Amino acid sequence: MGQQIRLEVVTPAGAKVNEDVDIVNAPGFGGDFGVLANHAPFLSTIKIGTLTYENGNKRESLMVSGGFCEVSNNKITFLVESAEKGSEIDVERALKAKERAEKRLAQAAQQTENFNRKRAEVALQRALARMKVSSMR
Amino acid sequence: MASLKEVKTKIAGVKKTAQITKAMNMVAAARLRGAQEKMEAFRPYASKFNVTMSNLSGGANTTGFPLMEIRDVKTVELVVITSDRGLCGSFNANIIKLALKMMAEYEIAGKKVSFVCVGKKGSQLLNKTGKVRKSYRDIMGNFQMYNAREIATDIAAQFLSGATDKVEVLYGHFKSVASQIPAVAHLLPVQPTSGEEESEKKFSGDYIYEPSTEEIMDVLQPLYLNVIIYHAMLEVGASEHAARMTAMDNATNACKDMVKSLSIIYNKARQAAVTSELMDIVGGAEALK
Repeated sequence: MGQQIRLEVVTPAGAKVNEDVDIVNAPGFGGDFGVLANHAPFLSTIKIGTLTYENGNKRESLMVSGGFCEVSNNKITFLVESAEKGSEIDVERALKAKERAEKRLAQAAQQTENFNRKRAEVALQRALARMKVSSMR
Repeated sequence: MASLKEVKTKIAGVKKTAQITKAMNMVAAARLRGAQEKMEAFRPYASKFNVTMSNLSGGANTTGFPLMEIRDVKTVELVVITSDRGLCGSFNANIIKLALKMMAEYEIAGKKVSFVCVGKKGSQLLNKTGKVRKSYRDIMGNFQMYNAREIATDIAAQFLSGATDKVEVLYGHFKSVASQIPAVAHLLPVQPTSGEEESEKKFSGDYIYEPSTEEIMDVLQPLYLNVIIYHAMLEVGASEHAARMTAMDNATNACKDMVKSLSIIYNKARQAAVTSELMDIVGGAEALK
């Protein structure tokens, strides 16, 4: 096995992941990116999506929402508002949230209220990301 | 002197109050532990965040970020974070007192003041001033990051629209279980952090930024507001329970003291009654002789 990189996922509710992994794939603001061991110092914002990491044959996925990540000293740190493993996601709730967000989006399309639309869009993204991660289990 | 029965009911009443206050003390102690754990859990996030923030703002140019814009201060918004419930001693009163004092100071300086109240107690007490722009009630019991985000988004929108030029947060700083002091944190315009946090971990600014530093800052700054507000809410949460614990402890002690002095009165009254009865009997017996 080659070199590993230390992955840390920190949320306001505490550290979620803290382990050595082979590769990390993350949803960067400008597109997904992968980080291997000894990556150059790097800082990127993270959007709502799926964070995947591999350790040997083990593959784990997390749903992450907005934040940023920092790579330095062979360590990758994610600071995100929430991070949930597939097994922790309440699929039913995500489904409901998705429906709710879609309904709101449809409503917002008729009005010109930008703020509400944006909120609904974000909620929809979160719901979709949750459902995606939970299906990857 | 109060009648025997009166004193007896009073003692029973005080004892019941003591039971309630003692239970509240215990509940507060349990909740305090939960709130403190939440604070502990948040600490790594906050400190990491601050390090990155100071790394970034150290290198970045401060002009051109609407949230960093320093304007001539005409209106000041005070975000007052209090608890939803009372019975926690002077905790909320102290925060309100500070809020009113700051309001008076700003008004003397010719600035307009508005309040955003988080927590029921604050909005109840500050409503009298007629300057409350918005209040968030009943979220202190079980708040989450998204509550903080909602508040931060609203405050930022106000700032960006030019309705406010400066925003400060007032909250109860959790110094220790025994002491909570009202504190003020600066919120907007965002000031480049420097100094203390930086010494913790110093990086050269040799990062690859994706997207550009400016764009990262655009994302980070609203997050930064969330972090400050969430942090203040956590502190208030913990402080509230600590303050209630102390208050209820004091109340229980006061009840005990009252029971003690009431018992003395009761015993005295009983003794007096016994003595006068004895006197009667002795007097009656004397008369029969």
